Amino acid sequence: MIEVKDVRKKFGTQEVLKGISAIFESGKNNLIIGKSGSGKTVLLKCIVGLLTPTSGHVYFDEQDYVAMKIEEKNEIRRKLGMLFQGGALFDSLTVEQNVRFPLDMFTKMSLSDKSDRVNEVLKRVNLMNTNSKFPSQLSGGMQKRTGIARAIVMNPKYLFCDEPNSGLDPQTSIVIDELIMEITEEYNITTITNTHDMNSVIANGDKIIFLHEGNKHWEGDKVSLFQSDNQELIDFIFASDFLKEARDARHNKLIAKIPK
Amino acid sequence: MAEYIHASGGPLFHIGRYVLMIKRCFVKPERAIMYWKETLVQMSNIGVGSVVIILLISFFIGAVSAVQFAYNLSASMVPMEFVGLIVKESMILELAPTVSCLILAGKIGSNLASELGTMRLTEQIDALEIMGVNTISYLIGPKLAAAITMIPLLVIIAACTGIYGGMLAGSLSGYVSSSDYLQGVLMSFVPYNITVMMVKSIVFGFVLTSVSCYQGFYSHGSAIEIGKASTRAVVLSCVMVLFADLILTWLLLK
Repeated sequence: MIEVKDVRKKFGTQEVLKGISAIFESGKNNLIIGKSGSGKTVLLKCIVGLLTPTSGHVYFDEQDYVAMKIEEKNEIRRKLGMLFQGGALFDSLTVEQNVRFPLDMFTKMSLSDKSDRVNEVLKRVNLMNTNSKFPSQLSGGMQKRTGIARAIVMNPKYLFCDEPNSGLDPQTSIVIDELIMEITEEYNITTITNTHDMNSVIANGDKIIFLHEGNKHWEGDKVSLFQSDNQELIDFIFASDFLKEARDARHNKLIAKIPK
Repeated sequence: MAEYIHASGGPLFHIGRYVLMIKRCFVKPERAIMYWKETLVQMSNIGVGSVVIILLISFFIGAVSAVQFAYNLSASMVPMEFVGLIVKESMILELAPTVSCLILAGKIGSNLASELGTMRLTEQIDALEIMGVNTISYLIGPKLAAAITMIPLLVIIAACTGIYGGMLAGSLSGYVSSSDYLQGVLMSFVPYNITVMMVKSIVFGFVLTSVSCYQGFYSHGSAIEIGKASTRAVVLSCVMVLFADLILTWLLLK
Protein backbone atom coordinates (compact mmCIF):
# COMPACT_ATOMS: atom_id res chain seq x y z
CA MET A 1 0.00 0.00 0.00
CA ILE A 2 1.17 3.51 -0.76
CA GLU A 3 -0.14 6.52 1.08
CA VAL A 4 0.43 10.18 0.28
CA LYS A 5 -0.34 12.73 2.99
CA ASP A 6 -0.80 16.41 2.30
CA VAL A 7 1.76 16.43 -0.51
CA ARG A 8 2.58 19.89 -1.79
CA LYS A 9 4.98 20.80 -4.55
CA LYS A 10 6.09 24.26 -5.57
CA PHE A 11 8.24 25.28 -8.52
CA GLY A 12 9.37 28.80 -7.66
CA THR A 13 6.20 30.62 -6.75
CA GLN A 14 3.92 28.27 -8.65
CA GLU A 15 2.25 25.64 -6.48
CA VAL A 16 1.56 22.61 -8.67
CA LEU A 17 0.32 20.24 -5.95
CA LYS A 18 -1.83 21.80 -3.23
CA GLY A 19 -1.95 19.22 -0.46
CA ILE A 20 -2.85 15.87 -2.00
CA SER A 21 -3.75 13.00 0.31
CA ALA A 22 -4.69 9.55 -0.94
CA ILE A 23 -4.27 5.84 -0.34
CA PHE A 24 -3.29 3.50 -3.17
CA GLU A 25 -4.23 -0.07 -2.37
CA SER A 26 -2.38 -3.31 -3.11
CA GLY A 27 -3.63 -5.59 -5.88
CA LYS A 28 -5.55 -2.73 -7.45
CA ASN A 29 -4.98 -0.56 -10.45
CA ASN A 30 -5.05 2.93 -8.96
CA LEU A 31 -5.53 5.62 -11.55
CA ILE A 32 -4.58 9.28 -11.35
CA ILE A 33 -6.55 11.25 -13.90
CA GLY A 34 -6.87 14.89 -14.81
CA LYS A 35 -6.33 17.42 -17.55
CA SER A 36 -2.88 18.29 -18.84
CA GLY A 37 -1.21 20.53 -16.28
CA SER A 38 -3.35 19.28 -13.40
CA GLY A 39 -0.31 17.86 -11.58
CA LYS A 40 -0.61 14.13 -12.40
CA THR A 41 2.98 13.65 -13.53
CA VAL A 42 4.36 15.80 -10.70
CA LEU A 43 2.42 13.70 -8.17
CA LEU A 44 3.72 10.47 -9.72
CA LYS A 45 7.28 11.83 -9.71
CA CYS A 46 6.89 12.86 -6.05
CA ILE A 47 5.71 9.35 -5.19
CA VAL A 48 8.58 7.57 -6.94
CA GLY A 49 11.13 10.08 -5.65
CA LEU A 50 12.18 11.75 -8.87
CA LEU A 51 10.92 14.97 -7.26
CA THR A 52 10.98 15.83 -3.56
CA PRO A 53 7.70 17.26 -2.26
CA THR A 54 7.94 20.77 -0.82
CA SER A 55 5.99 19.39 2.15
CA GLY A 56 4.01 16.28 3.01
CA HIS A 57 4.78 12.59 3.22
CA VAL A 58 4.81 9.53 0.98
CA TYR A 59 4.56 6.17 2.76
CA PHE A 60 5.48 2.84 1.20
CA ASP A 61 3.92 0.26 3.51
CA GLU A 62 4.05 2.79 6.36
CA GLN A 63 7.71 3.73 5.78
CA ASP A 64 8.21 7.44 5.19
CA TYR A 65 9.94 7.56 1.80
CA VAL A 66 10.50 11.32 1.78
CA ALA A 67 12.45 11.26 5.06
CA MET A 68 14.69 8.35 3.99
CA LYS A 69 18.39 8.63 3.19
CA ILE A 70 19.44 7.94 -0.40
CA GLU A 71 20.67 4.40 0.45
CA GLU A 72 17.32 3.56 2.09
CA LYS A 73 15.47 5.05 -0.87
CA ASN A 74 17.51 2.88 -3.21
CA GLU A 75 16.41 -0.19 -1.23
CA ILE A 76 12.76 0.78 -1.77
CA ARG A 77 13.47 1.63 -5.41
CA ARG A 78 14.57 -1.93 -6.04
CA LYS A 79 11.00 -2.94 -5.23
CA LEU A 80 9.61 -0.46 -7.76
CA GLY A 81 8.91 -0.96 -11.41
CA MET A 82 8.08 1.91 -13.70
CA LEU A 83 6.72 2.05 -17.19
CA PHE A 84 7.62 5.38 -18.78
CA GLN A 85 5.58 7.26 -21.34
CA GLY A 86 8.16 6.71 -24.10
CA GLY A 87 9.34 3.33 -22.84
CA ALA A 88 12.72 4.75 -21.70
CA LEU A 89 14.51 1.71 -23.09
CA PHE A 90 18.30 1.89 -23.33
CA ASP A 91 19.02 2.51 -27.02
CA SER A 92 22.34 0.72 -27.11
CA LEU A 93 20.99 -2.49 -25.55
CA THR A 94 18.88 -5.21 -27.13
CA VAL A 95 15.45 -6.15 -25.77
CA GLU A 96 17.00 -9.01 -23.79
CA GLN A 97 19.77 -6.80 -22.38
CA ASN A 98 17.25 -4.10 -21.48
CA VAL A 99 15.06 -6.53 -19.56
CA ARG A 100 18.08 -8.23 -17.98
CA PHE A 101 19.67 -4.96 -16.87
CA PRO A 102 18.14 -4.83 -13.34
CA LEU A 103 19.10 -8.48 -12.81
CA ASP A 104 22.67 -7.80 -13.96
CA MET A 105 22.92 -4.76 -11.72
CA PHE A 106 21.31 -6.00 -8.52
CA THR A 107 21.41 -9.79 -8.41
CA LYS A 108 24.07 -12.46 -8.40
CA MET A 109 21.99 -14.88 -10.47
CA SER A 110 23.81 -17.05 -12.97
CA LEU A 111 23.59 -16.11 -16.64
CA SER A 112 21.30 -19.07 -17.41
CA ASP A 113 18.96 -18.19 -14.53
CA LYS A 114 18.84 -14.60 -15.74
CA SER A 115 18.10 -15.72 -19.30
CA ASP A 116 15.31 -17.98 -18.03
CA ARG A 117 13.80 -15.12 -16.03
CA VAL A 118 14.06 -12.73 -18.99
CA ASN A 119 12.40 -15.24 -21.33
CA GLU A 120 9.68 -15.84 -18.74
CA VAL A 121 8.74 -12.15 -18.50
CA LEU A 122 9.06 -11.61 -22.24
CA LYS A 123 6.65 -14.51 -22.75
CA ARG A 124 4.37 -12.95 -20.13
CA VAL A 125 4.14 -9.75 -22.18
CA ASN A 126 3.83 -11.68 -25.47
CA LEU A 127 7.23 -10.65 -26.79
CA MET A 128 8.83 -13.89 -27.84
CA ASN A 129 11.58 -13.94 -30.49
CA THR A 130 12.48 -10.30 -30.05
CA ASN A 131 15.41 -10.86 -27.67
CA SER A 132 18.09 -9.66 -30.07
CA LYS A 133 16.19 -6.67 -31.46
CA PHE A 134 17.10 -3.11 -30.55
CA PRO A 135 14.46 -0.63 -29.30
CA SER A 136 14.61 1.27 -32.60
CA GLN A 137 13.46 -1.89 -34.39
CA LEU A 138 10.31 -2.20 -32.28
CA SER A 139 6.85 -0.69 -32.70
CA GLY A 140 5.46 1.66 -30.00
CA GLY A 141 3.35 -1.13 -28.48
CA MET A 142 6.29 -3.53 -28.42
CA GLN A 143 8.46 -0.88 -26.75
CA LYS A 144 5.80 -0.44 -24.07
CA ARG A 145 5.62 -4.19 -23.56
CA THR A 146 9.41 -4.36 -23.27
CA GLY A 147 9.15 -1.54 -20.71
CA ILE A 148 6.60 -3.58 -18.76
CA ALA A 149 8.83 -6.66 -18.95
CA ARG A 150 11.76 -4.66 -17.57
CA ALA A 151 9.54 -3.18 -14.86
CA ILE A 152 8.35 -6.58 -13.61
CA VAL A 153 11.53 -8.63 -14.04
CA MET A 154 12.57 -8.02 -10.41
CA ASN A 155 9.09 -8.98 -9.08
CA PRO A 156 8.26 -5.45 -7.90
CA LYS A 157 5.85 -4.69 -5.08
CA TYR A 158 4.86 -1.42 -6.67
CA LEU A 159 4.30 -0.64 -10.34
CA PHE A 160 4.03 2.88 -11.75
CA CYS A 161 2.82 3.58 -15.25
CA ASP A 162 3.11 7.05 -16.73
CA GLU A 163 0.53 7.38 -19.50
CA PRO A 164 0.97 3.83 -20.77
CA ASN A 165 -1.37 4.39 -23.72
CA SER A 166 0.07 7.57 -25.13
CA GLY A 167 0.92 7.26 -28.81
CA LEU A 168 -0.79 3.89 -29.18
CA ASP A 169 -3.81 2.92 -31.28
CA PRO A 170 -6.99 2.01 -29.32
CA GLN A 171 -6.56 -1.72 -29.84
CA THR A 172 -2.94 -1.80 -28.64
CA SER A 173 -3.95 0.46 -25.74
CA ILE A 174 -6.46 -2.14 -24.61
CA VAL A 175 -3.81 -4.88 -24.84
CA ILE A 176 -1.42 -2.82 -22.67
CA ASP A 177 -4.19 -1.99 -20.17
CA GLU A 178 -5.23 -5.62 -19.87
CA LEU A 179 -1.62 -6.64 -19.39
CA ILE A 180 -1.15 -4.12 -16.58
CA MET A 181 -4.40 -5.28 -14.93
CA GLU A 182 -3.45 -8.96 -15.20
CA ILE A 183 0.03 -8.36 -13.78
CA THR A 184 -1.37 -6.26 -10.95
CA GLU A 185 -3.77 -8.99 -9.89
CA GLU A 186 -1.40 -11.89 -10.56
CA TYR A 187 1.48 -10.51 -8.46
CA ASN A 188 -0.69 -8.51 -6.02
CA ILE A 189 1.18 -5.34 -6.93
CA THR A 190 0.23 -1.80 -5.92
CA THR A 191 -0.14 -0.21 -9.34
CA ILE A 192 -0.48 3.51 -9.88
CA THR A 193 -1.26 4.60 -13.42
CA ASN A 194 -1.26 8.13 -14.61
CA THR A 195 -3.59 8.42 -17.58
CA HIS A 196 -6.07 10.50 -19.50
CA ASP A 197 -7.21 7.66 -21.69
CA MET A 198 -10.94 7.29 -21.04
CA ASN A 199 -11.08 3.65 -22.12
CA SER A 200 -8.55 2.81 -19.39
CA VAL A 201 -10.45 4.83 -16.82
CA ILE A 202 -13.79 3.23 -17.56
CA ALA A 203 -12.44 -0.31 -17.94
CA ASN A 204 -9.70 -0.53 -15.31
CA GLY A 205 -10.29 2.11 -12.64
CA ASP A 206 -10.35 0.06 -9.44
CA LYS A 207 -9.61 3.29 -7.70
CA ILE A 208 -9.59 6.68 -9.38
CA ILE A 209 -8.23 9.97 -8.16
CA PHE A 210 -9.17 13.03 -10.16
CA LEU A 211 -6.80 16.00 -9.97
CA HIS A 212 -7.85 19.48 -10.95
CA GLU A 213 -5.49 22.46 -10.74
CA GLY A 214 -3.29 20.70 -8.19
CA ASN A 215 -6.13 19.64 -5.90
CA LYS A 216 -7.76 16.24 -5.42
CA HIS A 217 -11.23 17.00 -6.71
CA TRP A 218 -12.78 13.57 -6.62
CA GLU A 219 -12.03 10.01 -5.56
CA GLY A 220 -13.94 6.88 -6.42
CA ASP A 221 -14.02 3.92 -8.81
CA LYS A 222 -15.23 3.17 -12.33
CA VAL A 223 -18.78 2.51 -11.09
CA SER A 224 -19.19 5.66 -9.01
CA LEU A 225 -17.68 7.63 -11.88
CA PHE A 226 -21.02 7.52 -13.71
CA GLN A 227 -22.96 8.70 -10.71
CA SER A 228 -20.71 11.59 -9.76
CA ASP A 229 -22.12 15.09 -9.93
CA ASN A 230 -18.68 16.72 -9.79
CA GLN A 231 -18.90 19.13 -12.73
CA GLU A 232 -15.14 19.27 -13.44
CA LEU A 233 -15.00 15.49 -13.50
CA ILE A 234 -18.04 15.24 -15.78
CA ASP A 235 -16.56 17.81 -18.14
CA PHE A 236 -13.26 15.94 -18.16
CA ILE A 237 -14.59 12.40 -18.58
CA PHE A 238 -17.46 13.11 -20.92
CA ALA A 239 -15.69 15.72 -22.97
CA SER A 240 -17.36 15.02 -26.31
CA ASP A 241 -21.06 15.17 -27.17
CA PHE A 242 -20.96 11.50 -28.09
CA LEU A 243 -19.73 10.53 -24.61
CA LYS A 244 -22.29 12.81 -22.96
CA GLU A 245 -25.09 11.13 -24.93
CA ALA A 246 -23.74 7.71 -24.03
CA ARG A 247 -23.69 8.69 -20.36
CA ASP A 248 -27.28 10.01 -20.49
CA ALA A 249 -28.43 6.90 -22.33
CA ARG A 250 -26.87 4.70 -19.66
CA HIS A 251 -28.33 6.89 -16.94
CA ASN A 252 -31.84 6.71 -18.47
CA LYS A 253 -31.51 2.96 -18.88
CA LEU A 254 -30.67 2.64 -15.19
CA ILE A 255 -33.63 4.84 -14.19
CA ALA A 256 -35.97 2.78 -16.39
CA LYS A 257 -34.89 -0.33 -14.51
CA ILE A 258 -35.96 1.11 -11.15
CA PRO A 259 -39.46 -0.35 -10.30
CA LYS A 260 -42.14 2.29 -9.93
CA MET B 1 17.30 14.87 -8.79
CA ALA B 2 14.91 16.07 -11.49
CA GLU B 3 14.34 19.45 -9.85
CA TYR B 4 18.08 20.10 -9.83
CA ILE B 5 18.02 19.57 -13.57
CA HIS B 6 15.51 22.36 -14.04
CA ALA B 7 17.12 24.64 -11.51
CA SER B 8 19.40 27.27 -12.93
CA GLY B 9 21.71 29.70 -11.34
CA GLY B 10 24.91 31.66 -11.58
CA PRO B 11 28.48 30.40 -11.89
CA LEU B 12 28.67 29.48 -8.19
CA PHE B 13 25.59 27.28 -8.54
CA HIS B 14 27.17 25.43 -11.48
CA ILE B 15 30.56 25.09 -9.78
CA GLY B 16 28.88 23.68 -6.66
CA ARG B 17 26.77 21.25 -8.67
CA TYR B 18 29.81 20.22 -10.73
CA VAL B 19 31.82 19.49 -7.56
CA LEU B 20 28.94 17.45 -6.11
CA MET B 21 28.68 15.55 -9.39
CA ILE B 22 32.39 14.68 -9.28
CA LYS B 23 32.05 13.61 -5.65
CA ARG B 24 29.17 11.30 -6.51
CA CYS B 25 31.25 9.64 -9.25
CA PHE B 26 33.41 8.02 -6.59
CA VAL B 27 30.80 6.23 -4.48
CA LYS B 28 30.81 2.45 -4.08
CA PRO B 29 29.35 0.84 -7.21
CA GLU B 30 26.23 -1.31 -6.91
CA ARG B 31 27.92 -4.04 -8.92
CA ALA B 32 31.57 -3.57 -9.87
CA ILE B 33 31.46 -5.86 -12.91
CA MET B 34 28.78 -3.70 -14.56
CA TYR B 35 30.91 -0.60 -14.03
CA TRP B 36 33.96 -2.39 -15.39
CA LYS B 37 32.06 -3.49 -18.52
CA GLU B 38 30.85 0.07 -19.04
CA THR B 39 34.41 1.37 -18.59
CA LEU B 40 35.65 -1.02 -21.31
CA VAL B 41 32.92 0.18 -23.68
CA GLN B 42 33.90 3.79 -23.00
CA MET B 43 37.61 3.01 -23.44
CA SER B 44 36.78 1.68 -26.87
CA ASN B 45 34.60 4.69 -27.74
CA ILE B 46 36.95 7.34 -26.39
CA GLY B 47 40.29 5.69 -27.12
CA VAL B 48 40.06 3.41 -30.14
CA GLY B 49 37.43 5.61 -31.75
CA SER B 50 39.75 8.63 -31.67
CA VAL B 51 42.98 7.08 -32.95
CA VAL B 52 42.47 7.98 -36.63
CA ILE B 53 41.70 11.65 -36.03
CA ILE B 54 44.62 11.96 -33.61
CA LEU B 55 47.01 10.36 -36.13
CA LEU B 56 45.81 12.67 -38.87
CA ILE B 57 45.87 15.92 -36.90
CA SER B 58 49.17 15.31 -35.13
CA PHE B 59 50.91 14.26 -38.33
CA PHE B 60 50.00 17.56 -39.99
CA ILE B 61 50.81 19.63 -36.90
CA GLY B 62 54.27 18.05 -36.71
CA ALA B 63 54.80 18.48 -40.45
CA VAL B 64 53.76 22.15 -40.49
CA SER B 65 55.84 22.89 -37.37
CA ALA B 66 58.94 21.34 -38.93
CA VAL B 67 58.60 23.31 -42.15
CA GLN B 68 57.98 26.58 -40.30
CA PHE B 69 60.88 26.11 -37.91
CA ALA B 70 63.16 25.11 -40.79
CA TYR B 71 62.08 28.18 -42.76
CA ASN B 72 62.86 30.45 -39.81
CA LEU B 73 66.19 28.77 -39.10
CA SER B 74 67.26 28.69 -42.74
CA ALA B 75 68.28 32.36 -42.65
CA SER B 76 70.26 31.92 -39.40
CA MET B 77 73.45 30.18 -38.49
CA VAL B 78 71.64 27.63 -36.32
CA PRO B 79 72.24 24.06 -37.54
CA MET B 80 69.25 22.32 -39.13
CA GLU B 81 69.39 19.44 -36.59
CA PHE B 82 67.70 21.85 -34.21
CA VAL B 83 64.50 21.55 -36.25
CA GLY B 84 64.14 18.00 -34.90
CA LEU B 85 64.86 19.15 -31.34
CA ILE B 86 62.39 22.04 -31.49
CA VAL B 87 59.62 19.92 -33.04
CA LYS B 88 60.17 17.17 -30.45
CA GLU B 89 60.11 19.60 -27.50
CA SER B 90 57.10 21.54 -28.75
CA MET B 91 55.18 18.34 -29.54
CA ILE B 92 55.90 16.83 -26.10
CA LEU B 93 55.44 19.93 -24.00
CA GLU B 94 52.56 21.66 -25.74
CA LEU B 95 51.25 20.56 -29.11
CA ALA B 96 50.56 16.88 -28.44
CA PRO B 97 48.72 17.27 -25.11
CA THR B 98 46.99 20.59 -25.73
CA VAL B 99 46.03 20.42 -29.40
CA SER B 100 45.06 16.73 -29.13
CA CYS B 101 42.83 17.49 -26.16
CA LEU B 102 41.26 20.46 -27.95
CA ILE B 103 40.45 18.16 -30.86
CA LEU B 104 39.16 15.52 -28.45
CA ALA B 105 37.06 18.14 -26.69
CA GLY B 106 35.28 18.63 -30.01
CA LYS B 107 34.92 14.95 -30.81
CA ILE B 108 34.39 13.33 -27.42
CA GLY B 109 32.86 16.35 -25.67
CA SER B 110 29.98 16.77 -28.09
CA ASN B 111 29.49 13.02 -28.20
CA LEU B 112 29.26 12.64 -24.41
CA ALA B 113 27.02 15.68 -23.97
CA SER B 114 24.58 14.58 -26.65
CA GLU B 115 24.57 10.96 -25.43
CA LEU B 116 23.73 11.96 -21.86
CA GLY B 117 21.37 14.70 -23.03
CA THR B 118 19.43 12.22 -25.14
CA MET B 119 19.30 9.79 -22.22
CA ARG B 120 17.88 12.59 -20.08
CA LEU B 121 15.34 13.62 -22.73
CA THR B 122 14.10 10.07 -23.32
CA GLU B 123 13.83 9.40 -19.55
CA GLN B 124 16.53 6.70 -19.63
CA ILE B 125 18.32 8.42 -16.73
CA ASP B 126 15.04 8.56 -14.77
CA ALA B 127 14.57 4.85 -15.49
CA LEU B 128 17.99 4.11 -13.99
CA GLU B 129 17.21 6.28 -10.95
CA ILE B 130 13.92 4.45 -10.37
CA MET B 131 15.79 1.13 -10.43
CA GLY B 132 18.01 2.45 -7.61
CA VAL B 133 21.15 2.92 -9.72
CA ASN B 134 23.46 5.78 -8.74
CA THR B 135 23.17 7.40 -12.15
CA ILE B 136 26.07 9.83 -11.83
CA SER B 137 28.41 7.11 -10.69
CA TYR B 138 27.27 4.62 -13.34
CA LEU B 139 27.01 6.96 -16.31
CA ILE B 140 29.85 9.42 -15.66
CA GLY B 141 32.33 7.44 -13.54
CA PRO B 142 33.27 4.93 -16.28
CA LYS B 143 33.61 7.75 -18.84
CA LEU B 144 36.04 9.59 -16.56
CA ALA B 145 38.01 6.41 -15.86
CA ALA B 146 38.18 5.63 -19.59
CA ALA B 147 39.23 9.19 -20.46
CA ILE B 148 42.06 9.47 -17.95
CA THR B 149 43.34 6.08 -19.12
CA MET B 150 42.99 6.45 -22.87
CA ILE B 151 43.71 10.14 -23.46
CA PRO B 152 47.33 9.92 -22.20
CA LEU B 153 47.84 7.00 -24.60
CA LEU B 154 46.37 9.05 -27.44
CA VAL B 155 48.68 11.93 -26.52
CA ILE B 156 51.72 9.62 -26.66
CA ILE B 157 50.59 8.48 -30.12
CA ALA B 158 50.10 12.14 -31.11
CA ALA B 159 53.60 13.11 -29.96
CA CYS B 160 55.25 10.24 -31.86
CA THR B 161 53.18 10.85 -34.99
CA GLY B 162 53.89 14.60 -34.89
CA ILE B 163 57.63 14.03 -34.61
CA TYR B 164 57.48 11.54 -37.48
CA GLY B 165 55.36 13.96 -39.54
CA GLY B 166 58.00 16.65 -38.98
CA MET B 167 60.75 14.37 -40.22
CA LEU B 168 58.80 13.45 -43.34
CA ALA B 169 57.83 17.05 -44.16
CA GLY B 170 61.36 18.31 -43.45
CA SER B 171 62.98 15.84 -45.80
CA LEU B 172 60.30 16.13 -48.52
CA SER B 173 60.56 19.93 -48.50
CA GLY B 174 64.35 19.68 -48.68
CA TYR B 175 64.92 21.86 -45.60
CA VAL B 176 66.35 19.17 -43.36
CA SER B 177 67.47 15.63 -44.07
CA SER B 178 66.03 12.74 -42.11
CA SER B 179 69.36 11.96 -40.47
CA ASP B 180 69.86 15.59 -39.33
CA TYR B 181 66.31 15.70 -38.07
CA LEU B 182 66.73 12.45 -36.12
CA GLN B 183 70.01 13.70 -34.70
CA GLY B 184 68.11 16.71 -33.37
CA VAL B 185 65.33 14.53 -31.98
CA LEU B 186 67.85 12.43 -30.04
CA MET B 187 69.63 15.55 -28.75
CA SER B 188 69.15 16.48 -25.04
CA PHE B 189 66.37 14.20 -23.94
CA VAL B 190 64.69 15.47 -20.74
CA PRO B 191 62.54 12.75 -19.10
CA TYR B 192 60.76 15.37 -16.96
CA ASN B 193 59.15 16.73 -20.14
CA ILE B 194 57.44 13.38 -20.62
CA THR B 195 56.09 13.67 -17.07
CA VAL B 196 54.75 17.14 -17.90
CA MET B 197 53.07 15.74 -21.02
CA MET B 198 51.46 12.89 -19.09
CA VAL B 199 50.26 15.13 -16.25
CA LYS B 200 48.78 17.55 -18.77
CA SER B 201 47.01 14.80 -20.72
CA ILE B 202 45.49 13.24 -17.58
CA VAL B 203 44.26 16.62 -16.29
CA PHE B 204 42.96 17.70 -19.71
CA GLY B 205 41.22 14.32 -20.17
CA PHE B 206 39.53 14.68 -16.81
CA VAL B 207 38.52 18.28 -17.46
CA LEU B 208 37.08 17.79 -20.95
CA THR B 209 35.19 14.62 -19.99
CA SER B 210 33.74 15.93 -16.73
CA VAL B 211 32.72 19.29 -18.20
CA SER B 212 31.04 17.61 -21.18
CA CYS B 213 29.29 15.04 -18.99
CA TYR B 214 28.07 17.84 -16.70
CA GLN B 215 26.55 19.69 -19.66
CA GLY B 216 24.85 16.57 -21.00
CA PHE B 217 23.68 15.14 -17.69
CA TYR B 218 22.00 18.33 -16.54
CA SER B 219 20.48 19.28 -19.88
CA HIS B 220 16.71 19.39 -20.07
CA GLY B 221 13.92 20.37 -22.39
CA SER B 222 13.89 19.55 -26.07
CA ALA B 223 16.22 18.34 -28.81
CA ILE B 224 17.28 21.97 -29.35
CA GLU B 225 18.52 22.06 -25.75
CA ILE B 226 20.65 18.98 -26.39
CA GLY B 227 22.23 20.76 -29.34
CA LYS B 228 22.92 23.78 -27.14
CA ALA B 229 24.32 21.58 -24.35
CA SER B 230 26.57 19.90 -26.87
CA THR B 231 27.89 23.26 -28.11
CA ARG B 232 28.39 24.48 -24.53
CA ALA B 233 30.25 21.27 -23.73
CA VAL B 234 32.73 21.81 -26.56
CA VAL B 235 33.26 25.53 -25.93
CA LEU B 236 33.60 25.18 -22.14
CA SER B 237 35.85 22.13 -22.44
CA CYS B 238 38.18 23.99 -24.80
CA VAL B 239 38.31 27.05 -22.54
CA MET B 240 38.88 24.92 -19.42
CA VAL B 241 41.60 22.89 -21.17
CA LEU B 242 43.42 26.10 -22.17
CA PHE B 243 43.02 27.50 -18.66
CA ALA B 244 44.33 24.27 -17.12
CA ASP B 245 47.19 24.37 -19.65
CA LEU B 246 48.26 27.79 -18.42
CA ILE B 247 48.07 26.79 -14.75
CA LEU B 248 49.94 23.50 -15.29
CA THR B 249 52.62 25.14 -17.40
CA TRP B 250 53.18 27.71 -14.66
CA LEU B 251 53.27 25.08 -11.95
CA LEU B 252 55.32 22.44 -13.73
CA LEU B 253 57.81 24.56 -15.67
CA LYS B 254 58.66 27.17 -13.06
